[in-house]
Amino acid sequence: MGTGDPAGVAIAHAMTSGMGGLRTTGDLVARMQITRGMKIDTAKQYVADKLGVSLADIHDAVAMRETREDLRIGLLQSLPGQPKGIEAKHNIAELLGLELNSLRASKTRIKG
Amino acid sequence: MTKIRTRMGDGWTIEIDEIDLKQDLEDGTRDAADKGGIDPLSQNELDYLNDICCSGSKMSGVQSGREVVLSYDGPSFEIRRLGILANRQTALQIYERCFGADTLEFSHIDYSYKQVKPIVHEELPLFEQLQSLTIAPLFYGAMPNLGLYTRPDGPVANPSELLPLGKIQAAQQAYEEAIEMSVNDIVYVASQFYEAGCDGINIDTVGAAGDPDFKAALVATEKLKQKYPGLNIEIGMAGEFVLGMHGELTHDGQLLAGLYPHQQVKLVEAAGGHIFGAVVNTQTNKSFPWNLARSVTFSKACTAAADIAVHGNMGMGVGALPVCETQPAETVSMASKAMVEIARLDGL
Repeated sequence: MGTGDPAGVAIAHAMTSGMGGLRTTGDLVARMQITRGMKIDTAKQYVADKLGVSLADIHDAVAMRETREDLRIGLLQSLPGQPKGIEAKHNIAELLGLELNSLRASKTRIKG
Repeated sequence: MTKIRTRMGDGWTIEIDEIDLKQDLEDGTRDAADKGGIDPLSQNELDYLNDICCSGSKMSGVQSGREVVLSYDGPSFEIRRLGILANRQTALQIYERCFGADTLEFSHIDYSYKQVKPIVHEELPLFEQLQSLTIAPLFYGAMPNLGLYTRPDGPVANPSELLPLGKIQAAQQAYEEAIEMSVNDIVYVASQFYEAGCDGINIDTVGAAGDPDFKAALVATEKLKQKYPGLNIEIGMAGEFVLGMHGELTHDGQLLAGLYPHQQVKLVEAAGGHIFGAVVNTQTNKSFPWNLARSVTFSKACTAAADIAVHGNMGMGVGALPVCETQPAETVSMASKAMVEIARLDGL
């Protein structure tokens, strides 16, 4: 993105054109760009198919709040009983069919 | 004649006639087309840019469904720059939870691989903890920053001292030594973070020291992909044009000096990069509409040429954003909309 005061740059971009991260499915679409080099439309379609929802829904904060809770892939809010941080990543990896390096490293640290 | 309130490339407000604004848009796209050897924007696209610039809106927005992925360089210290004592974990949680970040980047305030190398063991524990706290993909990022390898900051002879003396071959030799050292440092640090579980490595501000800097990033990417085929690498540029500080460096038979974004991205793809951060510089003595048309033209050519995702660099002084410390949100928002909708970027 580039540098600048957060209200002027990071938040302005997020409000104008950002996917919204955990509010919707921005983190999931980003994972497909990062791991597979997918262009934006391909990455969005992949995520929508895996979630079993429409392309419109993956941009919808209200719809995705419910879907993320149902699939246990992490919420914006910190709620009791819901997976947090790396716990959510296990379900994301399974859902998207990805091997996440953070999970590999975590297992290595656990086993030594 | 209706006056339109807009800004100059340094951020100061101006009022210009509608006809002058249209002329600036045409001149901006023509400048990019001439310099890059690429197509200018169509009349429809220029009309759309004109509508965005004349909207007078406090905030603009892409059409629903056209949203893109946001990646960052240095978000872990943007909060501290405001004088807020948030450590890097807190800062990135703020980005993830409050700013709608799609990805996160952990980084050191001295944002260079050379500087991080001797303290990497101090960086890793916090990074490992952060993976347990966050859900969004987590990068580690820093610059090749070849300037740090030359005297008095590093061991290599300083080309900036050699070139005025006419010692061109010695200067080129110094750059080649610096490339080797930089590649070793990038590969060392990136390997440490891969083993610690990063989702990706951001090699950022590439080309800040010209073609040797770009060469170092490309070679390091190739070596890392050979070592860790699953490692995901983003390469973000420092400027729109690769400066020929060495002048004769090639990669895959391609002369690096003088490459523009639509040419740079093909080398990044071939090296194994998954995301390319394209840069178009802002000219402070030109208007925002001129800079916007120019940025969109270069960026559109880049996304059309790319087979990987392209994230436009849109911070201070790039992507038509003015060169000023406190960014005017309405200008950022107009540029963000135009770059996503017309240049068809995959992210910012």
